[in-house]
Amino acid sequence: MIRIRNLTKRYGSFQVLTDCSLDVPDGRVLVICGPSGSGKSTLIKCINGLESFDEGSIEVDGISVGDPSARLPQLRAKVGMVFQQFELFPHLTVEQNLMLAPRRVLGRGRAEARDRAHALLDRVGLLDQAAKYPAALSGGQQQRVAIARGLAMDPGVMLFDEPTSSLDPEMIGEVLDVMIRLAETGMTMICVTHELGFARHVADEIVFMDGGRIVEAGSPEEFFTNTRTDRARRFLARLLYPGELAQAAHVERRLE
Amino acid sequence: MTMWNWDAFFGYLFSPFLLRGAWTTIWLTAASGAIGLALAGLVAAAMMSNVAALRRAAQVYVWLFRGTPLLVQLVIIYTGLPQIGLRFSVVASALIGLALNEAAYLAEVIRGAIQSIPRGQRNAGLALGLTPVQTMRDVLLPQAIRIMLPTLGNSLNGLLKTTSITSIISMEELLRRTNLLIQERFLTLELFVVASIYYLVMTSAWQIVQTRLEARYGRGHLRALDNAEQR
Repeated sequence: MIRIRNLTKRYGSFQVLTDCSLDVPDGRVLVICGPSGSGKSTLIKCINGLESFDEGSIEVDGISVGDPSARLPQLRAKVGMVFQQFELFPHLTVEQNLMLAPRRVLGRGRAEARDRAHALLDRVGLLDQAAKYPAALSGGQQQRVAIARGLAMDPGVMLFDEPTSSLDPEMIGEVLDVMIRLAETGMTMICVTHELGFARHVADEIVFMDGGRIVEAGSPEEFFTNTRTDRARRFLARLLYPGELAQAAHVERRLE
Repeated sequence: MTMWNWDAFFGYLFSPFLLRGAWTTIWLTAASGAIGLALAGLVAAAMMSNVAALRRAAQVYVWLFRGTPLLVQLVIIYTGLPQIGLRFSVVASALIGLALNEAAYLAEVIRGAIQSIPRGQRNAGLALGLTPVQTMRDVLLPQAIRIMLPTLGNSLNGLLKTTSITSIISMEELLRRTNLLIQERFLTLELFVVASIYYLVMTSAWQIVQTRLEARYGRGHLRALDNAEQR
């Protein structure tokens, strides 16, 4: 359970986030969308303390993130994160990428960590790549490994920060597939993404941000068929060009 | 005067006196390099610290030791400091001078390498629950080492030859022992050629080590993978 209340953040005189409040109950999938510079990535990075904030509060499973006494490493161990640029560790093999944090943070033995890593790699269809270095993998494969790396910590929540934005179009589908299957297992997910097909069919709630504020929040049906604000309507009109529709169709096919 | 004395040349080539001098050069290089590197790590950490006073102190240190000749530093440590009651042996003075000097150069190399790692790598380590120290040790440093190894290797090669400067405070390394022999028999050319051969053997051996280290820390890097595919 994640509770965000009246979150506000400034860079000097620039207000990045203004009075953002959100609830994400366990097992729910929340999609955050909005134009670039709207504060989505900053908001999601506040949840695991990668970004600080000035006012308001964030609670993850009852732990207050902004509290100076909060043990951030412990909190982060329970919150997986997937980045736009994958951020696999290039000096470690794929399986070592999945083993590092479970061994260091959870104190798992080498054999246990490797078994778990292999099980997860199998789940994202990359078991045969376990011994390779990340640079030998395609972007889509790297992002699937990054998702598996997050899952290796057995997190209660997964955060996705534009997971498909730096992928070639033909690789977006394989990453979305993994995310869809993850959502089906009941994982709590917060996804900053422009993949509106994914949002429409997988999200329980969609939040639209603009200018550092949460402008609109609601179920996918409400958001797509009964868009309340002009800003969200303009955003959707710009995004739903044919390529996006094709992407949405891909997700629909996968779901059937 | 003879042109070139082969007997003397071969005699000195395997002279125990000179070999011991070369051994002194090797351990002096290894010890001052290791101490200098450790010190450089601390100075680099100070340079990247949030505490302004630490950053300032690191800057002053680097400015001081890069801005004055090693020769002057050594003479100050060995001959100057006793004047104010600080007395160091020849070996200690040589180690202190070389290490302090080396650290001033290497600190900047280490800082530059660590800061060249994309910020996202640190975030990825922290997001997995690693502490900042674990993130530095397991994520950032191994990548930074790949970047700084060529520079560190060159620097150690340079240090191996720079140790000859400690002959000025009568450290009995290879150059000083060579000079001592020259004062005995005036076979300047033969002896300096022998000394040069010693230095060449030592720097070549180091080059082999450096190449292996670079291969080891280059694992996973794009260029290493390209080479592997071409094989």
